[in-house]
Amino acid sequence: MLETVERRIRVEHIMGTAISIDLRDAAVDDGLIEMAFDWLRKVDASFSLYKPQSEISRLGRGELTVEECRVEVGEVLSLCEDLREETQGVFNAWLCRSDGRLDPSGVVKGWAVERAAGILQRGGARNFCVNAGGDVVSRGEPEPGRAWRIGIRHPVQAGAVAGVVHAHDLAVATSGAYERGDHIVDARTGIPSRALLSLTVAGPSLTLADAYATAGFAMGDAGVEWVAGRPGYAPFAVTASGRVRYSDAFADLLVSGDTSRSRPSER
Amino acid sequence: MPTRAAVAIVATAIAVVLLFSFKTPAQARPRTPAADVSQASPTPSASPSPSDSSAPAPTPSSSGPTYKDGQYTGQDFQNQFGDTQVKVTISGGRITDVQALQLPYDRQRSAEISQYAAPQLHDEVLQAQSAQIDSLSGATYTSDSYAQSVQSALDQAHA
Repeated sequence: MLETVERRIRVEHIMGTAISIDLRDAAVDDGLIEMAFDWLRKVDASFSLYKPQSEISRLGRGELTVEECRVEVGEVLSLCEDLREETQGVFNAWLCRSDGRLDPSGVVKGWAVERAAGILQRGGARNFCVNAGGDVVSRGEPEPGRAWRIGIRHPVQAGAVAGVVHAHDLAVATSGAYERGDHIVDARTGIPSRALLSLTVAGPSLTLADAYATAGFAMGDAGVEWVAGRPGYAPFAVTASGRVRYSDAFADLLVSGDTSRSRPSER
Repeated sequence: MPTRAAVAIVATAIAVVLLFSFKTPAQARPRTPAADVSQASPTPSASPSPSDSSAPAPTPSSSGPTYKDGQYTGQDFQNQFGDTQVKVTISGGRITDVQALQLPYDRQRSAEISQYAAPQLHDEVLQAQSAQIDSLSGATYTSDSYAQSVQSALDQAHA
């Protein structure tokens, strides 16, 4: 191919996951990528449950009040509170750990990466894709006239994709139990959800796409309809019985003919 | 008390399509049968060996990124379970093989993850390339370090 679009990819290990920034704007300085990673490292330092001295750990032990933490901590906690209400308690940052400590990690990554995308945009980046351990924000296009193509990992057939979406300005987040086992529980019951193998949510903001994917997954089958009812957000679920269920809005995003090869038509 | 009905049905059309069945279709990967992967915790004894990496490379496609031919060793990345390092082989401008040089094994849990993750991730890199995707959305774990090591190898291949 003779395409000469400049492509810079940087990968850093932050927040317990690999975060890659794929930037296609030649005019943008490398320092901007570093600023975005700096932000993510700062978030990690404040919100890591693995670091006993992080603000969130100290807050959980009652050593700090919310007011004594940096302003972002309050912002994330108010997001957690909104989600607890919106999900009727299925998502509950105050109930999702067995020891009862505060755990906002279901929303922190999506929120932080959405903000990192904002940093890139404000710095003049127009065409980029950020992938944080499978949660993706895309802006613009990878090369003139082509949309970003974001695969949805097939939860059962290793190496296959369950679908491909085309994206210009879109966030795509996936929750699933296929790698870590049953790790998403309905906070109301404490019971892990097994009806879905994965739930992918696409929409304008990764903050909400990530949160809705987590909460919708915990709801099981009903989570697909629940996400479909969130304005601007679209679900794509792989069920334990081997079916994909997706909303009309998600169908519009799918690259036709590029869903899994083992997909007979049954609609 | 929140009621179940409150989070349930919104009148939105949902399409349903059969994606896979547990009667493994012909094109399913033989080394990772569906029934194994769909269970939450695979047993080491039932899992294939990570050293058995002989999946056929997909047919090269006409577009997408191209790389310089050669073998590139990725950086060693760590997660809480141990080290991950891969070697990527490029031939004809395409990724033709990904070999794991190191995978986490220091604890029982890590060993379980590595045993089923290695062939799976190996295929994933090849398949993702053949599907011509720019990015992959999914729940990830060991794959983070794996993807990172693959990426660092590819960054050398770009240069």
